[in-house]
Amino acid sequence: MSINTTKIISLLFFTFSVFYLYTAYNIRVFSFDENAPFNARTFPIYLGYAGMFFSGLKIILPELNTIKVDHKNLEYKKTAILVLIAIIYGATILKVGYFLTTSLFLASSYYFLGERKWSLIFLLSFPFVAAFMYLLHGVLDIYLRDPFLKLIGVMG
Amino acid sequence: MENLYLMMAPLFSSKLLIVLFFGTLFGLILGVLPGLGPTTGGALILPFTMTLDPLSAIVLLTSIYCAGTYGGAITAVLINTPGTPAAAATCLDGYPLAQKGEAGRALGMATVSSTIGGIFSVVVLVFFAPLLAQLAYEFGQPEYFALAIFGLTMLASIGDGSPIKNLIAGAFGILISTIGKDFMTSIDRFTFGINELSEGIGFIPVVVGLFAISEMLTQSTLLDQVFKRITLKAVKLPSIDDYKKTWKTILRSSGIGSFIGVLPAEGGTVASLIGYSEAKRWSEKPEEFGKGSIEGIAGAEAANNAATGGAMVPTLALGIPGSATTAVILTGLIIHGVRPGPDLFREQPEFLYGIFGSMLIANIMFFVFGFFGAKIFARITLVPNKLLWPMIFAVSVCGIYSLNQSLIDVWIMLLFGVIGFFMRRYGFSVVPVIIGLILGELVEGTLRQSLVIFEGNWLMFLTRPIAITFFALSIIALIFPLFKKKTKI
Repeated sequence: MSINTTKIISLLFFTFSVFYLYTAYNIRVFSFDENAPFNARTFPIYLGYAGMFFSGLKIILPELNTIKVDHKNLEYKKTAILVLIAIIYGATILKVGYFLTTSLFLASSYYFLGERKWSLIFLLSFPFVAAFMYLLHGVLDIYLRDPFLKLIGVMG
Repeated sequence: MENLYLMMAPLFSSKLLIVLFFGTLFGLILGVLPGLGPTTGGALILPFTMTLDPLSAIVLLTSIYCAGTYGGAITAVLINTPGTPAAAATCLDGYPLAQKGEAGRALGMATVSSTIGGIFSVVVLVFFAPLLAQLAYEFGQPEYFALAIFGLTMLASIGDGSPIKNLIAGAFGILISTIGKDFMTSIDRFTFGINELSEGIGFIPVVVGLFAISEMLTQSTLLDQVFKRITLKAVKLPSIDDYKKTWKTILRSSGIGSFIGVLPAEGGTVASLIGYSEAKRWSEKPEEFGKGSIEGIAGAEAANNAATGGAMVPTLALGIPGSATTAVILTGLIIHGVRPGPDLFREQPEFLYGIFGSMLIANIMFFVFGFFGAKIFARITLVPNKLLWPMIFAVSVCGIYSLNQSLIDVWIMLLFGVIGFFMRRYGFSVVPVIIGLILGELVEGTLRQSLVIFEGNWLMFLTRPIAITFFALSIIALIFPLFKKKTKI
């Protein structure tokens, strides 16, 4: 399947600009500022129209160099898995702590991206994160809250 | 004379020399790795500079900028893949020359021309930045507004992409800049009741998302890519004959690169393409270009490194970034409490000349590292993507989170990573988003204050000659790409 995705993205941006413009008109300003030559909603309104203009131009004008994307050949599965792992990582990092979540994130990412040597997966996850955290805390003086390390008594 | 002494100050500071050493080393590694580069690297390291003093932090970022721009040439010559977009033109002749068994000669020329271009641009920076700053004293809000508009319209001519696509991406960046409190009235805009958005969308999470995370997602689709690597025995200094052939090209490209760098929003990529095409135009043997011409390598490499100092001129003198990487450096200046602009030249000359001197030293350092270590740096590309990019993601999360101890920044980074992934896939450059984001606030602020001065009368802009000049240049910047040969609309 080949589609003109540039037009689709331009259409998406056009829709986004319309929504942005609608929201811009609904920005509440102070009553004394309502008729001022420039208030909190003036610039967003200009911008909304500019966004609609440029994306509209892209939709209307013929595409000279169409990028044809063959979706059959695109490896979206690994990308989607990676995004999912990243979301889980982001959602758990505060509760579990940087050390454990990052190590598990790294190990699972290596695995899903095709690494099968377990020794390498381990070496580049847990010890790597430990070394990195030492660099942060010990050298750069950057503090990262870590409930897991606190629980096992490694961090104060 | 006093300024010269201030420039040499980093040489007498062991701390700054250590920072320069690691910045240059880190910059080279970033430049060598395809997909990374000084912009992403600068954004990644920026949160970790918070514990450094402002001068050390900016010296670190500028040395990454100089060395990273050069580092792209190593992979361009040896594996025909530019380590950075600015090294794309270097591939055209660097790789064919390496295929002929002259990889050492190609890298030697790339190293020498990059160093000369870089040093030339620092000289330009030292002389022109104070002059521009002096001129900037004549600027009022209308002039700054016109200048920012000029910077935005220059987005139309970035790289060889479609001008309208670039403008759409730039408009997207400005739209993002309006999220958060209105800076005059503190009214929330586009926050949709989310308190964390009141402070606006941070520049660093967006940069890291658009550059690093989107690249990680892109690389996840290219895991099986195998680079055909050319073995390098040693980097060779150019012969007398090579110098005779290229000295004019190096000087011309250094001038072109410095000039392109000074233009707002343009950078090393545009500079190297123009430097390369001008080298071909003036060459006595243009038919050799694309087949391993030593002049081609010199033209591209001198220009892209010359753009580094050039791009620092508007960044320091006006607070307008000359390239995507200087947008990161500009953010570094701001988060370290340094306000770029003409007052900086008057109030903190030791800080400024410290940066100038450090850039000079960084150019000499990367020459030494490149000359003796190119073979080792080239081996860094052997690190498989499936191991490298998850590590970069973990470091990104740590940096972004530690910046404000805020998880919302991590989510913003991830969101912009996905947006950047799709933008790249469908031919939209992510650089205009960054420039739009950083100039958006300036455009709104200066327009608002101008209209207050003009009592709402837009025609009053026409009474300001400098503003008219910038508006005229903006129109040229918009129209010019339409007349370029084979332009994509």
